[in-house]
Amino acid sequence: MDRKKRGPDFRRRCIQLVSALVYNANLPGFASGTIFKGPVKGVCVPGLNCYSCPGAIGSCPLGALQNALSNLPNKLPLYIAGILLLTGMALGRVVCGFLCPFGLVQELLHKIPTPKIKKNKWTRRLSWLKYGVLAVFAVALPIWYAFARGVPVPAFCKYICPAGTLEGGFPLMALREEYRSIAGALFGWKTLVCVVILAACIFLYRAFCRFLCPLGAVYSLFSRIALLAVRVDGDLCDNCGACVRACQMDVKRVGDHECVQCGHCAQICPKKAIYFGKEPTTWKRSKSKNSP
Amino acid sequence: MKNKREGSPARLLAARLLTGAVGLAALAWGIAQGGYRDTLGKAVRICLECVGIG
Repeated sequence: MDRKKRGPDFRRRCIQLVSALVYNANLPGFASGTIFKGPVKGVCVPGLNCYSCPGAIGSCPLGALQNALSNLPNKLPLYIAGILLLTGMALGRVVCGFLCPFGLVQELLHKIPTPKIKKNKWTRRLSWLKYGVLAVFAVALPIWYAFARGVPVPAFCKYICPAGTLEGGFPLMALREEYRSIAGALFGWKTLVCVVILAACIFLYRAFCRFLCPLGAVYSLFSRIALLAVRVDGDLCDNCGACVRACQMDVKRVGDHECVQCGHCAQICPKKAIYFGKEPTTWKRSKSKNSP
Repeated sequence: MKNKREGSPARLLAARLLTGAVGLAALAWGIAQGGYRDTLGKAVRICLECVGIG
């Protein structure tokens, strides 16, 4: 790979690493097995990062959403809704491609040299599953538990989230003997889910992002209005389709709801028609036409 | 592949302004009604369910 093509990938990897380190900057927590309790913990980081991770200095937006929904009907989840709306509008799935620690973990696992399962019509169909996971586990079940049983249950975190197991469960179990003594069937289930997902990521690029992540599902809703996103210059594009073929996500076009805005397509486009931008090129052309 | 469904610039701007305004209003109202405090209160306690222990 020549240096020119390596540049953007290397920069993105650096941003991913820095993000992961910033989100988990409470390094003493990994030694003591305690979690950070400072005021910034009330602020949500953009990506999936369990707040029960010993290193986490911020809240997970998905965990915060489920807990906020558990307060219905007494209190609407406006705080977390505002955070998700603003983050989604500003960045959309740039969060997935650049700012999510679990996305980084998946990409690193995919580098393990094994036969890979390429995207196909089945992976494309399976990519809709994450919207079901969002609707059922991240929204409906927390609300149902709150109304039916009066107890807050973050159902996605409790039954599925591999980031919580990997970042929180495993370190805490290793560091605190009292947690090892009370771990039961739930920990066994979550370990199984985590191992299966991580194993799948070795063979399937970003398997969790594509098929299960509710946070990615939320941010994908902003794909058409996000300020920062991968764009196509309609004047340069000749519809060769090289971008879609090269993309490892289940996209049908650059920047659609499956795109994690990694920018890989911009590097391989033979016409250099793809770029990171704040606005679509049609607007740029309109503005230039109206300029004196 | 060309982005065929970007829509007009005016609609895009309107969508962004609306989303931003609603987001800011929700955030401000949420903070006022204690959303930050509730989030902090949850986050400073280990979520045993989230890590699979309880």
